Amino acid sequence: MSTSTTLEAPKTGTWDGGNEPLKASYGKLMMWFFLLSDAFTFGALLIVYGLSRHSHLPYTGSPDDFTFSTEWWPIPEKVFNAFPGFHGVDLPLAFVALMTMILILSSVTMVLAVEAGHRMDKNDVQKWLMWTILFGGIFLGCQAWEWAHFISGTDEGMLLADGTRIFGANLTMNQYGPPLFADLFFFITGFHGTHVFSGVVLLVMVFINTVNGVYHKRGHYEMVEKVGLYWHFVDLVWVFVFTFFYLI
Amino acid sequence: MSSTDISLNKDVHHAHDEHDHHHDQNFFEKYIFSQDHKVIAKQFLFAGIFWGFVGGFLSIIFRLQLGWPEATFTFLEPILGNWIVNGKLDPEFYLALVTMHGTIMVFFVLTAGLSGTFSNFLIPLQIGARDMASGFMNMLSFWIFFLASVIMFISLFIETGPAGGGWTVYPPLSALPQAISGSAMGMTLWLVSMALFIVSQLLGGVNYITTVINLRTKGMSMTKLPLTIWAFFLTAILGLLSFPVLFSAALLLIFDRSFGTSFYLSDIYIAGEALAHTGGSAILFQHLFWFLGHPEVYIVILPTFGIVSEVIATNSRKPIFGYRAMIGSMLGISLLSFVVWAHHMFVTGMNPFLGSVFMFLTLIIAVPSAVKVFNWLATLWRGNIRFTTAMMFAIAFVSLFISGGLTGIILGNSALDIQLHDTYFVIAHFHLVMGAAAFFGMFCGIYHWFPKMFGRMMDEKLGFVHFWLTFLSAYLVFMPMHYIGIAGFPRRYYSWTGFDAFNTFTDLNSFISIAAIMGFAAQLIFLFNFIYSIFKGRRATANPWHSNTLEWTTPVNPGHGNWPGEIPTVYRWPYDYSKPGAAEDYIPQNVPFSQTQSSNLPYERDLE
Ligand code: HEM
Ligand SMILES: [Cu+2]
Repeated sequence: MSTSTTLEAPKTGTWDGGNEPLKASYGKLMMWFFLLSDAFTFGALLIVYGLSRHSHLPYTGSPDDFTFSTEWWPIPEKVFNAFPGFHGVDLPLAFVALMTMILILSSVTMVLAVEAGHRMDKNDVQKWLMWTILFGGIFLGCQAWEWAHFISGTDEGMLLADGTRIFGANLTMNQYGPPLFADLFFFITGFHGTHVFSGVVLLVMVFINTVNGVYHKRGHYEMVEKVGLYWHFVDLVWVFVFTFFYLI
Repeated sequence: MSSTDISLNKDVHHAHDEHDHHHDQNFFEKYIFSQDHKVIAKQFLFAGIFWGFVGGFLSIIFRLQLGWPEATFTFLEPILGNWIVNGKLDPEFYLALVTMHGTIMVFFVLTAGLSGTFSNFLIPLQIGARDMASGFMNMLSFWIFFLASVIMFISLFIETGPAGGGWTVYPPLSALPQAISGSAMGMTLWLVSMALFIVSQLLGGVNYITTVINLRTKGMSMTKLPLTIWAFFLTAILGLLSFPVLFSAALLLIFDRSFGTSFYLSDIYIAGEALAHTGGSAILFQHLFWFLGHPEVYIVILPTFGIVSEVIATNSRKPIFGYRAMIGSMLGISLLSFVVWAHHMFVTGMNPFLGSVFMFLTLIIAVPSAVKVFNWLATLWRGNIRFTTAMMFAIAFVSLFISGGLTGIILGNSALDIQLHDTYFVIAHFHLVMGAAAFFGMFCGIYHWFPKMFGRMMDEKLGFVHFWLTFLSAYLVFMPMHYIGIAGFPRRYYSWTGFDAFNTFTDLNSFISIAAIMGFAAQLIFLFNFIYSIFKGRRATANPWHSNTLEWTTPVNPGHGNWPGEIPTVYRWPYDYSKPGAAEDYIPQNVPFSQTQSSNLPYERDLE
């Protein structure tokens, strides 16, 4: 009985309770688990995309002869080839590449904001949040343009069997290919856009709190970190959406 | 890091202060918009019981139709109004009844009512926490569920009736409002309500998971957790990963219904007229639905696995047999539950090879399930059994789970399923293994933890009557269904007397209906017992079942913050029952080994 002091002590290993085994506060854990769950939401949608696409015929001719038809799934480069201010010029995927760059840039500024938070540097947090909000906003603006263009269509439109032409796309008809292509485009990029928009709203709220010194008084910028996790996730999802819609 | 600790402690102290001073909470904060996990648990329990009676009542109406297909039901007109036409039940209303019965029972009672009650109540109490990680989100989870409930309830009363496409809401039926009246407004409300329901589940789920990870008290390692906590933890993870897929599926269905998209629709004619939808796939919805749907059945049953393990060990006065095997089998079941969904779709024209893959994976689930059953039986074996009401429900649970599980193995064979799919055999299977078993698990939990919830005991004699009537009627209702199911009797048919093949089953169907009515009536005994005991029951002691887990170390009526003093520290696993050499036949988890030197096992000497 020489060790009478350790006698009453419970174990203290990583998973033995009374601590945070994953070295993360409950708030951060919650964000992680929410994102895991959201990943399944997007996963389901992208699988719907994959299966829908698989059940339609691909275009088999040479790319130069490609025309829009409901018979086959369109080639992405032929659909997404417009750029604001360059009407009629064929710039395949240029605009979406720019959008993607902007979003990735916003992730970088987000990282800097979180890092500034660790240093408790209020001004830097403010500055980098501001940039992130700006890039997020620009991304949404670009998406709005992309949608507008997709909806109004090209000059040629699609020639139907009865000789008429349709222009642009909406949820029931689509000049670029099968209606489902447009349905999926609107739904999935729209769903992602809603996520980006919520992210921007969250960022604005966090920004206001930062300016008011709420986090400084609290002694930590964990809220910035949590929103940061969300923001990176939304960016990551975009990479997948981008790959599905624009690359394959 | 350290900063977060501070904020956490602050919360805790706050809760603690409130408990000490007893004044600054008004009625609303205390009972309505409470953030106390125990109050939220009771809110879920009351809502669950309410929905249980609604769902049960609906089933009695359609059992009347099935049991006495020639009878007229004019006497139901006062309740059902225009759904009774010339004394006959409206056929579309029949479909709405089975749909709502399924939806209510699976989601509102056995998911929200069960997990909502016991995860909320037991997680903080059994892991030694003052409350859930986020009390606010927990409260939000209940109130969003409440909103979902209100919408679902309203849908019962609208003119075109509630949703009628089956609880699985397969399109195209559910996607086309012009197809049946049950796909009109009622279906829209169904989808809205379920979307809210999913949000509520996710809020609850992330809370349960983070609480178990971060708020275990000192010494409560993962292998000292009661099996209930493991079960709730895995249930929450299943929900977190499968419900979002249903969410996606439901959103797409909403678009198909309301905005003209064609995700699930293609080549459809209604009344000779072609619809514009092209390119979609109805089978796609089934894949998405069952990717949730199969894990969902385990979301329903896993919590009761935990509850039953706990109650059987306590009332056998024996350690649970194979504690780690129990955890392992639950992990195995959880993993497998994500890769078997297509066994609900064997007859959708799936590639037979793919069918065999899913068949193989499905049948593997029988292994961990059998491990669990074996362990429960081995725990009971030569135990010092106390037949409390909770214990009887627990034992009956094992029985029902075996009976229903065996037919699962039959259905899991893709070749046999061709004959049995969409017959009453399937109904019998899942009502025994999921419906009845999960209800028994829930009753088991209510009878067992009632003293901690309300500080009083439920009446054992009434419990005894309730148990036997329920147990008998469960078997009397569902056993004959296997028989008519093998004969090919199809599910979801309003009228079957027109088929020569099924006319011979009139007596059997009436018999089932009588047993069902008896079972429903027995629940009124429970309801009386429950309400009466809340107010007038015998007063409970702090640990009436002589149980080891931490919730029984709290006062009879634990306040906000659960333990008046410090949170207990944990030294041992929760199943030290009838340990040789011990003074009593139970040693609570918070008793250090130094105090039990007479009973410590050789390796535990090191821990002294
Ligand atoms: C040995 C384990 C099990 C196997 C092999 C199994 C197999 C199956 C199969 C193949 C079906 C589809 C039948 C059909 O529609 O033709 C089915 C239906 C069902 N099973 Fe199981 N099952 C098992 C355990 C369970 C458990 C534990 C639950 C719930 C707790 C459950 C709940 C259900 C439900 C709800 C349905 C019917 C859903 C519907 O069509 O409405 N099963 N089961
Ligand atoms: Cu299944």
